[in-house]
Amino acid sequence: MTHLLEVRDLHARYGNTKVLHGLNLDVAQGQVTALLGANGAGKTTTLRALCQLMVQTTGSISLDGVALNSRNTEQIARLGVGHVPDGRGTFMALTTEENLRLGAFSRSSRAGLAEDMDKVYAYFPRLRERASQQAGTLSGGEQQMLAIGRALMGRPRLLLLDEPSFGLAPLVVKDIFAIMRRINQEEKVSILLVEQNAKLALDIADTAYLLETGRVVLQGSSADMRSNDAVRRAYLGE
Amino acid sequence: MNELLHQTLSGLATGGIYASVALALVMIYQATHHINFAQGEMAMFSTFLAWMLLDAGLPYWGAFALTVVLSFVLAAAIEFAVIRPMHKAPELSVVVVFIGLLVIFHSLAGWLFGYTIKTFPSPFAANAWYGSQLMSAHEVGAIFVALVMVALLFSFFRFTPLGLAMRAAAQNANSSRLVGISVGRMLMLGWGLAGAIGAVAGMMVAPVVFLDPNMMTGVLLYAFAGALIGGIDNPVGAVLGGFIVGVLENLMGSYVVGTELKLSVALVLIVGVLIVRPSGLLGKKIVTRV
Repeated sequence: MTHLLEVRDLHARYGNTKVLHGLNLDVAQGQVTALLGANGAGKTTTLRALCQLMVQTTGSISLDGVALNSRNTEQIARLGVGHVPDGRGTFMALTTEENLRLGAFSRSSRAGLAEDMDKVYAYFPRLRERASQQAGTLSGGEQQMLAIGRALMGRPRLLLLDEPSFGLAPLVVKDIFAIMRRINQEEKVSILLVEQNAKLALDIADTAYLLETGRVVLQGSSADMRSNDAVRRAYLGE
Repeated sequence: MNELLHQTLSGLATGGIYASVALALVMIYQATHHINFAQGEMAMFSTFLAWMLLDAGLPYWGAFALTVVLSFVLAAAIEFAVIRPMHKAPELSVVVVFIGLLVIFHSLAGWLFGYTIKTFPSPFAANAWYGSQLMSAHEVGAIFVALVMVALLFSFFRFTPLGLAMRAAAQNANSSRLVGISVGRMLMLGWGLAGAIGAVAGMMVAPVVFLDPNMMTGVLLYAFAGALIGGIDNPVGAVLGGFIVGVLENLMGSYVVGTELKLSVALVLIVGVLIVRPSGLLGKKIVTRV
């Protein structure tokens, strides 16, 4: 199986605070890969490191053979990495539609923009209803949909999702995860999903990594992870 | 009655200039939360560039266009060379840099062009059809130019992808980077636009106040008052505030405090707004949750 993303010996720090200590990670083409772990394990930092956002990194990151670690955040976005950030990153004072338009900024051509907008609205009909509304007035779930929609507008090859379930009602989470699965299959987008809710993540993921204090301590298929005793005790609460 | 109308209308004309400079201030403030104290001196310097080009024999509108372009490039270069390296510096250091720029531009203009007061032509002929007893042709023209500029900027920010990207970069830098916007480039563009707006304002005010290195000192203060009245984070408010200050300045000058104390009107307005309504007429109240 070919790897879309290959991460080798990734170290990351905020100033003098080291958070990642030599991470190895692969995302297979077309698959959903989950990154599990407790608070402070370095999940969000891993996603930020992949995009060179706010952290200093060493080690190698390559997307389809192209090295990412020597590039800046906006160049990485233009290479087809869609990042749905921690806290959703909504442009609060802009309208829903403007938020989506911004998502297409990384694309070299504006062709097909209207079609893509329709596609996002088809996945998330709520966003169409809110198209001209100021994005800051959207509910948490709607803002999460907007963040995913914004990333999709860039026609990404790799979608990084940072805790899409955070702070949302269970029913909304269920909807969003179902749509993420559809996006993975219909748009042929590979997904790297960061999630604290291990059960939720393992249901949707093909493979998973378990992070503890900045290191990968366990990896395997979702089925293997689900049946692992340590994972069951610590992360699935069984 | 006629006199009151005349004073109000001519206040609108200077108000258009304050509105333009206020707009330039707001543009940089929105993106970086800094007040560019050198905005006025940069505009003055631009006007000297225009004077030089006119002196070299260029037709008015040719010199006008070239000055706008040069001012854009100059301001963008200042952002790149001077302001960008300061992006992690404390607030006070940045303020000092702005004041340094103010002094540099002031002295540079004096050194290059001299401190003698020069006349600067108006593109609007004194006997043009739109001039009248109530408003001179230049006053009508200056208002028209200010309004056209505001309309152009509004359309740029509202309807173009680049304008949208600039608004996005001002609001949320990290999210902007994640969608592929180069935030640094947007800031540079913002500075360039502010410089260009200032240049237009300078060329519009110079025929009235005459050209010398002190030309924009008062204008900057009025513009600052205008921006504060309208709301320092709101472009529409800044334009409105600029016009309000222009009219108030003229009326207070003619009927209340006299022309010698006109500038203090601006200071009173600034202090008054900061005490009574710090966010301005149209500004957003910023609430921080703890």
